[in-house]
Amino acid sequence: MKRRELFRPLVLVAGFAFLYVPILSMMIFSFNNSRLVTVWDAANSPTLKWYAALFRNEQILDAAWLSIRIGAMTATGAVILGTLAGLVLARFGRFRGRTLLSGMTTAPLVMPEVITGLSLLLLFVTMEQLLGWPAGRGVLTITIAHVTFTMAYVTVIVQARLAGFDDSLEEAAMDLGARPAKVFFRITLPLILPAIVSGWLLAFTLSWDDVVISQFVAGPGSSTLPMVIFSKVRLGVSPDVNALATILVVLVAAAVTVGALLMRRQEHRREREIQLAVAENK
Amino acid sequence: MAESQAANGRMAAQAREYVRVDRVTKRFGDFVAVDDVSLSIGQGEIFCLLGGSGCGKTTLLRMLAGFETPTAGSIFIDGQDMTGIPPYERPANMMFQSYALFPHMTVAKNVAFGLEQERLARAEITQRVGEILELVRMDAYAQRKPHQLSGGQRQRVALARALVKRPKLLLLDEPLGALDKKLREKTQFELLGIQERLGVTFVVVTHDQEEAMTLATRIGVMDRGEIVQVGTPTEIYEYPTSKFVADFIGSVNMFEGRLVEDEPDHVRIDSRDLGGTVYVDHGISAAPEATVWTAIRPEKINIGRERPDGPDNVVRGVVREIAYMGDISVFLVAIDSGRMVRVSRPNIVRQAEDRISWDETVYLSWHASSPIVLTQ
Amino acid sequence: MSGSRTRQSAVSSRTRLTSGRMGPLWEWLFRIAPASWSEYVLQHWSGRAFVVAVPWLWLALFFLVPFLIVFKISFAEVRIAMPPYTPLIEWVSGQALAVKLNLANYTYLFTDDLYVSSYLYSIKVAAVSALWCLAIGYPMAWAMARSTPTWRSVLLLLVMLPSFTSFLLRVYAWVGLLKNNGPINSVLLALGVIDEPIALVQTDFAVYIAIVYSYLPFMVLPLYNNLEKHDPALLEAAADLGARPATAFLRITLPLSRDGIVAGLLLVFIPAVGEFVIPSLLGRTDQLMIGRVLSDEFFANRDWPVASAVAIVMLLLLVIPIMVFQRFQTRDLERGR
Repeated sequence: MKRRELFRPLVLVAGFAFLYVPILSMMIFSFNNSRLVTVWDAANSPTLKWYAALFRNEQILDAAWLSIRIGAMTATGAVILGTLAGLVLARFGRFRGRTLLSGMTTAPLVMPEVITGLSLLLLFVTMEQLLGWPAGRGVLTITIAHVTFTMAYVTVIVQARLAGFDDSLEEAAMDLGARPAKVFFRITLPLILPAIVSGWLLAFTLSWDDVVISQFVAGPGSSTLPMVIFSKVRLGVSPDVNALATILVVLVAAAVTVGALLMRRQEHRREREIQLAVAENK
Repeated sequence: MAESQAANGRMAAQAREYVRVDRVTKRFGDFVAVDDVSLSIGQGEIFCLLGGSGCGKTTLLRMLAGFETPTAGSIFIDGQDMTGIPPYERPANMMFQSYALFPHMTVAKNVAFGLEQERLARAEITQRVGEILELVRMDAYAQRKPHQLSGGQRQRVALARALVKRPKLLLLDEPLGALDKKLREKTQFELLGIQERLGVTFVVVTHDQEEAMTLATRIGVMDRGEIVQVGTPTEIYEYPTSKFVADFIGSVNMFEGRLVEDEPDHVRIDSRDLGGTVYVDHGISAAPEATVWTAIRPEKINIGRERPDGPDNVVRGVVREIAYMGDISVFLVAIDSGRMVRVSRPNIVRQAEDRISWDETVYLSWHASSPIVLTQ
Repeated sequence: MSGSRTRQSAVSSRTRLTSGRMGPLWEWLFRIAPASWSEYVLQHWSGRAFVVAVPWLWLALFFLVPFLIVFKISFAEVRIAMPPYTPLIEWVSGQALAVKLNLANYTYLFTDDLYVSSYLYSIKVAAVSALWCLAIGYPMAWAMARSTPTWRSVLLLLVMLPSFTSFLLRVYAWVGLLKNNGPINSVLLALGVIDEPIALVQTDFAVYIAIVYSYLPFMVLPLYNNLEKHDPALLEAAADLGARPATAFLRITLPLSRDGIVAGLLLVFIPAVGEFVIPSLLGRTDQLMIGRVLSDEFFANRDWPVASAVAIVMLLLLVIPIMVFQRFQTRDLERGR
């Protein structure tokens, strides 16, 4: 018994050390003065010079802004399509083409990126030849590609959330006179809103992070941030990337922590209210 | 029970037909959930669909609400064919087994939801929501969310939400199933009071026979997708038409036998199961020498140490078990044929002297009007 | 009977549409559209069909059709033009259709050693990494599932947090760590374990560690979801029946977590086979992974037909794991009902 109690924390500490030490080391070296990224120059560190360099780097700033725009468009599109697909799979019962739809929403979750990238590029080339649209490749093609592979994640999240709710809620609304569209907007949508928000954030993150698919479907002048970083680090380590990573980690960690705290507070209030209701009726 | 007797009297036999189920069948793949069911339900009735799980009662109710489409047959509500009419256009409202209260809306918003769909004026909605919440005594909780309510309160909100639209037909799916026993009894009578006041037709689905007996003006007993008997609670209990119904409602002692005397005013049955003969003071329609079943309810059997007079309707046995249940005591008696017979006696006095006890030899007897003779 | 019924419903949906908030718009649409069209749409289109059609058509166009195109091009011949491949179907002297199926791309894949060894190497790397992920991820998921509820949500967040930052940057972190003059080598040198820096970058080891590191959350999450749902009474019952903790784990917990293990292994294995970024930054130069080969064929050699054939063969290798994954995924999502 004693030994197991020791084993559990040990596993957790080791596992999380593995996950976080590389990130922390990257953050520490972002304050290093030396140009040799991995050698600590104790005399002149910490320094913020790489942060300054980062904010002077037009190429990175432009790419970041492009990635944010693509991410936002992607997430919005993925949320709309993914919510529809999740709704259809969770609530519409059997219909023709259901198996295919369910297959097409789970396969992208594991599909190797090179295959998705190549196939989408060939599609765009063929479409351009046959239809003249999309003319050339750039932001539009990247967004379409990103929507396609991220909507699968939104579908899974929405479907799981809907599976946790009784369909009788929607039936009750319909029984009370609401048409299907109204039922969706007044009942289903508010209930799955948390799933939609997490779906949006996840789709944004996946789009923001993608380098392989973007490389296939991007055109000249549409280099996203990961593409710029990738070509930079391919040539060797560069300290301003450390600075960028640090900023990113801090931002994400802050956002996630705030979100988690807010959710926890709401959860606590809800639990207290339930306890109160039970106590009142004793 | 008194209340339901009154309800029986109130239910006029010639009440105007409000719901008609016409040869409705529902299949799910190969499974036949509802099999060629026809029913007629009068206005203002409380009709209970009673049956075990999977008997098709909920499917039938869901077809009335419009959530399922019959594979064959039609449903008429107030003379109008409901085929192809979606739930949101039907003059019926449903109270769900899970209550299905919208978790993101307050009690008042939940109740107002149905009225908002009718595009009523704000003021009217507020007024009607207030009235109905008062009726179910939930007006003090109007601003609460569903998770802040107890089970009984949620049940009342669900009822109010279904009633606020003033439907002519209310469908209730196991309305009291989620409540504990005490609350269930109290709520049954409340439900009856509200139904009487508003004159709504109720169709109730339940697996609980006590609930069905208390609430219903008529009961439809369902088994494997079919309606096996429709009748008032008294009819169903005292005059079941099949072994299934006799066995399903209440408890019963069943003996297989052979019809030996078949006269218009009486019959006599010889039963090896019983080890004796049964004399019944009314005629039945069956072929002579046919195999029949005699069903006798435990409370209709007398138990005593002395053998009553007469050759029929008496059998000797030994008391094997006595279960004291407060209001009644149940005796399990092994009769000479080897069968166990269940007998129940009310505990009229507190401390009866000379009470029958274990391993005593006793005689069981019953009145000639008590046995139910069944041919199927 | 049914004809008149659908006609009736068409009429009723028409009045419903024109009397609604968007009434004038519908009115206008019905006026400009040919009557037979409106009739058809009103009878056969429902909101339901529309809701199904939108995601369905999107995925069919952008997920399914592309594979067919890849498949088609894999039978073409390379040429110097735009697009750089020959058409499959051609009008021969304006008279007849000629279908030119060219299997040369596929035979080429199996004659040149580069491709076969790359496929085998990719599968080996993905499989070994998936098993390492399981070895590290299972104890973590197990330990998380047995923490108090408050700790559980914190730990869950900590597992997911790195994946919210950036995959590329996390791989990049290992480039820094593993470099000859990086912290790992410095520490080992200082401790006297080694005398001169050992080459860690551009080795199998570097690829394994980076794949395990980046894909670990994909193993931990399904396992945690599975393990967290186990009823603790099961282990109590096992203990009550005389099983020691180790036996209880092997006989109860492990078999019950099978679905989580399979899902986790596949979530790591399938994408790792086609991994491109990690081997590009950390991998060996004498042995490429297949994702890199595909990308080189496409971008460096501009040989689209061969790149397509490489993709099709990779898909064929992965089709069974993908189908198994789908079965588990669908089962998991539909069990909640």
